[in-house]
Amino acid sequence: MLYIPCPWCGEREELEFHYHDEGHIVRPDVSVGDGEWSSYLYERENVEGWQRDLWSHDAGCRRYFYVLRHSVTDEIGGAYKVGEKLPPLPVEAEREMGS
Amino acid sequence: MSGHFSGLRLAYESLRGHTGWGRQWGSSELGDEYDVVIVGGGGHGLATAYYLASECDVGRIAVLEKGWLGGGNTARNTTIVRSNYLWDKSLALYDHAVKMWEGLSRELNYNVMFSQRGVLHVAHDEGDIRLSRRRCNSIRAAGVDSEWLSPEEVKELVPIINLHGRFPIMGGVFQPRGGVARHDAVAWGYARAASGLGVDIIENCEVTGFDVKRGKVVGLETSRGKVKAKKVGLVVAGHSSRLAELAGFRLPLMMNTLQALVSEPVKPMLSTVVMSNGVHGYMSQSDKGELVIGGGTDLPVSYSRRGGEGWFSSTTASIVELFPCIRRMRVLRMWGGTVDVTKDRSPILGKTPVENLYVNCGWGTGGFKATPGSGHLFAHSISRGEMVEKAAPFGMERFREGCLVDEGAASGVAH
Ligand SMILES: Cc1cc2nc3c(=O)[nH]c(=O)nc-3n(C[C@H](O)[C@H](O)[C@H](O)COP(=O)(O)OP(=O)(O)OC[C@H]3O[C@@H](n4cnc5c(N)ncnc54)[C@H](O)[C@@H]3O)c2cc1C
Ligand SMILES: [Zn+2]
Repeated sequence: MLYIPCPWCGEREELEFHYHDEGHIVRPDVSVGDGEWSSYLYERENVEGWQRDLWSHDAGCRRYFYVLRHSVTDEIGGAYKVGEKLPPLPVEAEREMGS
Repeated sequence: MSGHFSGLRLAYESLRGHTGWGRQWGSSELGDEYDVVIVGGGGHGLATAYYLASECDVGRIAVLEKGWLGGGNTARNTTIVRSNYLWDKSLALYDHAVKMWEGLSRELNYNVMFSQRGVLHVAHDEGDIRLSRRRCNSIRAAGVDSEWLSPEEVKELVPIINLHGRFPIMGGVFQPRGGVARHDAVAWGYARAASGLGVDIIENCEVTGFDVKRGKVVGLETSRGKVKAKKVGLVVAGHSSRLAELAGFRLPLMMNTLQALVSEPVKPMLSTVVMSNGVHGYMSQSDKGELVIGGGTDLPVSYSRRGGEGWFSSTTASIVELFPCIRRMRVLRMWGGTVDVTKDRSPILGKTPVENLYVNCGWGTGGFKATPGSGHLFAHSISRGEMVEKAAPFGMERFREGCLVDEGAASGVAH
């Protein structure tokens, strides 16, 4: 079970949340060609490592927000609100130093 | 090496203490140059190599596998085989595979334990019935076996099912030619047969880069050094996005975890495969007696091969609703695999922006059933340099052109 830190409600169990997609996917203008449009609709980064997810807290505040999650180790590196300045991705070295 | 398997050979070996079986496939060193290199030694990659060697005249062939043969999703799946899809393009693709399954043990001289015990999809409400019957009829119209069963007929086929649970069973679509097969045997059988035809199979050999000259692939970088290749087939399932990125293009895929579990083994209690798209769960019984249980995918992009706990509770809750008698059984094992899912839930077979680099992926939650057909069509397509008829609708360009083969709506459950 992942523990996800909702920026509004604090840390809760994964079951309360819904994963939507990779974060920060920007919808292009409708005037773009089929290539760019289909890439927006269908292609994903599928990062093997730290990535920014879009989640919503369905069984709580029902807000959307972003989560830093490691796609191989399942670690959670924090969460931030929509519109907030992007926090940097946690890097391996920081984790090893511990806190 | 291992020689031909037969009853006579078995008798002979049993008299001399089974000392003469030998290795089933050769272990090769990576050569300098091949006519075709297949990346990925799962069922699909090995089948491709086998049909390239047995039916296409292409010269030297190698399979490069970063781990061990069949250790990816081939080893992790619940082995359901069926071809009762909604659209004609899918029916042609998957039924090609089912027909090949029917003769596969003989073709490979290796028992893949294909057991046509049937696959039943149950329907739970009026809407479900309408969709299921429509699917059943269109499958029949395409000449593939499919039968509508009344609740009584469902009960007769599956005595342990509960017709009157929270989501009552109001009928079902049955494909008698569907069933299950032995996953490892499929990888090993193809590896043995391909190796027997001179294919180099190289394990512990990870592809780490592509040598692309003027838009054309000419070789590969691997953890065992460089190799030249005239044509390359990418058959790496859950690692397809990673390798496409190395080759300089993107694929319309999402990488998700799909989980499954088996119970402790018990005496025979279920003689077919039962699936419910309505409650998202399915179950069969393995030859060892374990109940094999699966359900939907976990949503986040993941390579962890460990899923969330929520999947376990919701899947087992649905399955226990259908089969209350297993409520107190214990779970023996639970695992996950990284599945490469497309938005229309159909695979990708085709060319790529890099010339002479072909891709076979996107089978997602349901590609085991297609293993022989996928390998067969992909081999002929690579050899010709053009996709053969049954594979042609599945190129990645369908996403740009809007020509999807939308099985997503037709079968909302993992299989
Ligand atoms: C839990 C679960 C249940 C499933 N149930 C069913 C089912 O009931 N019926 C069904 O039809 N399908 C099912 N599937 C789907 C099915 O398992 C897959 O679609 C199918 O096995 C894919 O086979 P493959 O050979 O393409 O991939 P894999 O078997 O995953 O093979 C790909 C290989 O590529 C190798 N590779 C990756 N990267 C590299 C690299 N850089 N260099 C070299 N090699 C590399 C990997 O190590 C791997 O061995 C299920 C999947 C899962 C996870
Ligand atoms: Zn919240």
